Amino acid sequence: MSYRQACYDEPLIFDLESEQFCGDEVLKDSPLPETLRRKCLNLPDLPERDVMKHFVRLSQMNFSIDTGFYPLGSCTMKYNPKINEHIARLPGASLIHPNQDESTVQGALQIMHELENMLCEIGGIDAVTLQPAAGAQGEFTGLQIMRAYHEDRGEERKEVIVPDTAHGTNPASAAMVGFDVVELPSKNGMVDCDALKSVAGRNTAGMMLTNPNTLGIFEKDVLEIADIIHDCGALLYYDGANFNAILGKTNPGKMNFDIVHFNLHKTFSTPHGGGGPGAGPVGVKKPLDQYLPVPRIVKNGTYYSLDYNYPKSIGKVRAYLGNFAVLLRAYAYIRSLGPEGLNEVSSRAVANSNYLKTQLEKMIDLPFGGGRMHEFVLSGEKLKSKGVRTLDLAKRLLDYGVHAPTIYFPLIIDEAIMIEPTETESIQTLDRFAEIVHEILQEDSETVRSAPHNTSVKRIDEVKAARELILSYRSLKEHERKFKSHSS
Amino acid sequence: MLPRKMLDKLGISSPDELFREIPDKARIDGLNIPPPLGQIDLEREISEILSKNRTMDDLPTFLGGGVYRHHIPPVVQEILSRSEFYTSYTPYQAEASQGMLQALFEYQSMMTELTGMDAVNSSMYDWSTALGEAALMCHRIRPGTRFLIARSISPERKAVLRTYLKGINASIDEISFNPSTGKINIDDLKSRLGEDTFGIYLENPNYFGVFEDEVDDISRTIGDRPFVVGANPLSLVLARPPSEYGADIVIGEGHHLGTNPNFGGPLLGVFGTRKEHIRKMPGRIIGATTDMAGKRAFCMTLQTREQHIRRDKATSNICTNEALMAVAACAYISAIGKRGLVRLVSDNVIKARKFAKMISQIDGFDAPIFDATHFNEFAFRSPIPNDNLQKKLLSNDVHGGIPLDEGFPELENSMLLSVTELHTEHDLLAFKAALEAME
Repeated sequence: MSYRQACYDEPLIFDLESEQFCGDEVLKDSPLPETLRRKCLNLPDLPERDVMKHFVRLSQMNFSIDTGFYPLGSCTMKYNPKINEHIARLPGASLIHPNQDESTVQGALQIMHELENMLCEIGGIDAVTLQPAAGAQGEFTGLQIMRAYHEDRGEERKEVIVPDTAHGTNPASAAMVGFDVVELPSKNGMVDCDALKSVAGRNTAGMMLTNPNTLGIFEKDVLEIADIIHDCGALLYYDGANFNAILGKTNPGKMNFDIVHFNLHKTFSTPHGGGGPGAGPVGVKKPLDQYLPVPRIVKNGTYYSLDYNYPKSIGKVRAYLGNFAVLLRAYAYIRSLGPEGLNEVSSRAVANSNYLKTQLEKMIDLPFGGGRMHEFVLSGEKLKSKGVRTLDLAKRLLDYGVHAPTIYFPLIIDEAIMIEPTETESIQTLDRFAEIVHEILQEDSETVRSAPHNTSVKRIDEVKAARELILSYRSLKEHERKFKSHSS
Repeated sequence: MLPRKMLDKLGISSPDELFREIPDKARIDGLNIPPPLGQIDLEREISEILSKNRTMDDLPTFLGGGVYRHHIPPVVQEILSRSEFYTSYTPYQAEASQGMLQALFEYQSMMTELTGMDAVNSSMYDWSTALGEAALMCHRIRPGTRFLIARSISPERKAVLRTYLKGINASIDEISFNPSTGKINIDDLKSRLGEDTFGIYLENPNYFGVFEDEVDDISRTIGDRPFVVGANPLSLVLARPPSEYGADIVIGEGHHLGTNPNFGGPLLGVFGTRKEHIRKMPGRIIGATTDMAGKRAFCMTLQTREQHIRRDKATSNICTNEALMAVAACAYISAIGKRGLVRLVSDNVIKARKFAKMISQIDGFDAPIFDATHFNEFAFRSPIPNDNLQKKLLSNDVHGGIPLDEGFPELENSMLLSVTELHTEHDLLAFKAALEAME
């Protein structure tokens, strides 16, 4: 094994020493009157050379897609083409203000309008808003639309059905919009239509479904599920987190969903940024478009304008029009792939997933057997007999220069290991990953249990972090002082 | 096309066989979107569309209101271009993600220093959603039905707040501002406080760029009800941290610390609170701890508040956030440094004063319309309706400020003007000249 992550004893930037100490006397030059002024401020004051060195060192202690294989299930960590980065940094995109007069941002509005249209086609829906900042905010938006729809019909429906395999954001978003969550137990890893019939009724506002679901299984009864939901007057919501598996093959509209969100940072390759930004556009079928957030982008002839005149709109879910720089990257991605390219994305993503699955299921259990779509979930339950848990396997993978899969999710699988290779990885990468897993399973359990060994730090004490709650430099220093006075 | 080896291993002749589970009735026959473009054509086509925009470089622009264009030192862009940062995911595997975690911890530290709060999370989407989340958090601290806000906040943020309050069926009540100073009307605040008030929100400096100087009185009036303060973090380089006047939650916008306006997104929602409320807080939090060898290390903490653990009982549904923007803010503050920030923010304040003075010298124009200490923006009144004014300014290759009369009908013919260190003397004079041409 040859992998070693960079390892610096890099101090916090507050602790980097500066030749010229900057005290609080500088605050005395403030143009604010005395009563408004702050008296002290502790921020770094360093030469550019030291700042650059600090952050480059930090970056080298960070795993990323550009560093290696990142099979984090449900997160779709595909390669982010650099042309899209280049385009997003063009001054015509970055140097425009959201409050500029319509006439001065026609290019930006055109891109957004065209992106809306392409997402309508890809999603099989009638109208799209680009406003939501992330997938979870897309859910929030879609559920607000669901609520407005029922209220508009004079119905007070309180329940949203969510399968037990759903992403945590689904129930959390439903609760935020004021719904009660009804969790639906799955059967053989899929929605159980009989169970669904028994909970769906006049109090059901809607159901949230991911298809393929988080186990990577396609819900083949989706049309029947849609019928059950629609028959009781409720709406069906599509969580687009796993859209990568169906691009160009089917779409939520065809599967009879009413409301859809897209995760542009997953399916359409915009970089994840260490946790964000993303973008979570929401699409609906008519007549739900009347509830979409305002403003809507409308086109008259060749002129684009912003229309606030939608009296039934749910209002605004965030400031301005959306994460434009993310939307632009996704626009560039779709334009560069075209229809066949997008179709190949799902083909290869699903093929890569099944290819890796056939190798790994020989080593680790695959609950519910059978084929999978873009991802699959193994159960590390039997590894316990070797004295190793899923967590240990995950940490040991880091030692080999690959990222760990998503672990302990979905909750219905014991010791879950959720793997999504994405379409951008080569056969060689997949083969090597399978070899690595094979090697780890042969290793002595102590090596695995004490992993990682080759990262910038060893296994981290997360319990201590939650107990001590050191959340800033200030509290770190207080903590160190306390510790010193105790030990002296 | 799939590699032969892969097809053989999967025992299929075409990838279509992998999609057998999709019912026939749900299948589609191709996508009707434009054909693919190579890199050269792609860049040409998108550049051509973008050239229809008139950028802030093309015309002096005096827009602010939450989104600002400040100078970004190239070192910040270099740091942000490190793909180890921007192509990573949420640092779930802390051991392999110390770089991101430390940068976010440093961001949290800088923001706790500026706001005076004990904990700042590693980002909300923007200021407006931070406000929505702050109101929901107030409701967790103290149940009630009415959320009090200063009328002098951004209408954009107010609209978002309204959407966020629907889930708890709460209403918004507005505290008026003094028409001559633009500051909050404390008597009106007193009269609106009730048992059902579960939180109070004001901005300082407010939407009109006006500093509230009676915050200690306001804080006493509010008593033990949750008090939320919104602030531009740059203003806090010079101004008292809201912790000093009793804020329980401090929120703000931080995108302009290191990133461009980008037509309003991505932004950076700053969100901080006091120790006693940390567990009620939304969003990702990074904590310091140690590894097995006793070496200092960082990891995400208090995850039991979050959606992936607590599901419908979580403090928020937020998952993807604006982490990279937080790294940008951290790099920006580091690159400019304490001395540089004090100088930069002071220059902004002084330039805004100077600009207001220039405008007020023209007959019929009033700037600032409020008699108070301002930050880097101010409201001004003209004798010409805003629509007309903006058009005329544009025809003179100048972009005016944000029209105020849509959100505030009482501020007829008024605009919010904002300046930063990037506005040159020439820009200010161009604006003045355009106004003079209208007299």
